[in-house]
Amino acid sequence: MTTKLRVGTRKGLFIFEKSHGEWRCGEPCFLGEPVSMAMADPRNGDQYTALNLGHFGVKLHRAEAGSARWTEIAAPTFPKASDGDGPALEQIWELVPGGDRAGTLWAGTIPGGLFQSTDRGESWSLVESLWNRPEREKWMGGGYDKPGIHSICVHPHDSRLLRLAVSTGGVWESADGGANWNLTGQGLRAEFLPPDMAHDPAMQDVHRMVSCAASPDRLWIQHHNGIFRSDDGGHRWTEITGVKPSVFGFAVVVHPRDPATAWFVPGIKDEYRVPVDGRLVVNRTRDGGKTFEQLTAGLPQSKAWDLVYRHGLDIDASGEVLAFGSTTGNLWLSEDQGDHWQCLSNHLPPINVVRFDPAGPEEAPG
Amino acid sequence: MAIISFTDNLKRHVDCPPRDVAASTVMEALRQVFAENPRLGGYILDDQDRLRKHVAIFVDGALIRDRARLSDPLAPASRVDVMQALSGG
Repeated sequence: MTTKLRVGTRKGLFIFEKSHGEWRCGEPCFLGEPVSMAMADPRNGDQYTALNLGHFGVKLHRAEAGSARWTEIAAPTFPKASDGDGPALEQIWELVPGGDRAGTLWAGTIPGGLFQSTDRGESWSLVESLWNRPEREKWMGGGYDKPGIHSICVHPHDSRLLRLAVSTGGVWESADGGANWNLTGQGLRAEFLPPDMAHDPAMQDVHRMVSCAASPDRLWIQHHNGIFRSDDGGHRWTEITGVKPSVFGFAVVVHPRDPATAWFVPGIKDEYRVPVDGRLVVNRTRDGGKTFEQLTAGLPQSKAWDLVYRHGLDIDASGEVLAFGSTTGNLWLSEDQGDHWQCLSNHLPPINVVRFDPAGPEEAPG
Repeated sequence: MAIISFTDNLKRHVDCPPRDVAASTVMEALRQVFAENPRLGGYILDDQDRLRKHVAIFVDGALIRDRARLSDPLAPASRVDVMQALSGG
């Protein structure tokens, strides 16, 4: 079972570790700096923290396995335009290991760039095959001024097979390591568009997309106006309707071995973005979205206004431990798949991202 | 020689002591500093070599006007102050 949890906030990185049965927070890293993404690489233990300094731009830091010594490495940069009017990086929004290709990392950014590193983040290159797709003209900002790539799923058995999601810009797939891209996402529906455009796959506001590690063609989406499930690698999607208390939210996780089990944190849609009736709940389905349970034990059931961002919910490699954090700075953790929650803190800065470290070799699930 | 100095808030991230520069524009002055301290460049300029949105540069007490190319002229004894703008939060 996982014993380390990274919590990236508006004011630094906080690492919780389980020791003698209790989760405790160590000294903050990067105190005062906005953390937009955190990741521990399961292949070699490398630790990465992406910062979004208010004045001085986006920075990326790496520490070796088990080390608290961080070193600034290269952040992705957009190619210089001849007229000087090109894009500039605003945020690292996603950072994932590149599977069996040692040293390879993928980063999704605002504005909507996909970047690849083959040297543990020492250098980055923009994936121009996606950046130059004409459909990108339809992409729009979703919450931020510019569109961004927030979800990248690398197929666990074929690291050249990539699926990613854009807010707003739909779902994209590459079968050749990023050389060519297909716009997928048939069946996604956007309520916020004129009716005749609602099914345009290039204009879907996917809030978060995840795939099941053991069954990677099963993907789940928390979309701006609904929950969707795909059983064919993201080509076709089925909308899950009638979910109480709402289908709106940002975050979703799927069980690493059971593709039918997924968790969501619902809220009132767009104009409010707070829990319905001030009751904070986590929704869980165990049957592929046919039914949902509202998990409430240990969560505030009145006057709670916590918003959970798209990277603010995570599940560990065992599939037993979940954690989520809110923009109100509250952090909860469950060690029984969400049946019961314990509050780890009520006093953190606004939480952007929650990430479990991968289990060590002796802890890997059987 | 002109002298260029940097806000203490930047020194939290990158070592950047004041430095004499022989330059006729703000960009020339920065290029001289970046040649010795390349990491500093990414803190002041964006991907397109524009001045970052929330960084302010003063030449002899006046805010520079050309944030895209940093072509504002320097006198031989100008003082260049690289500061953070309060707009950055």
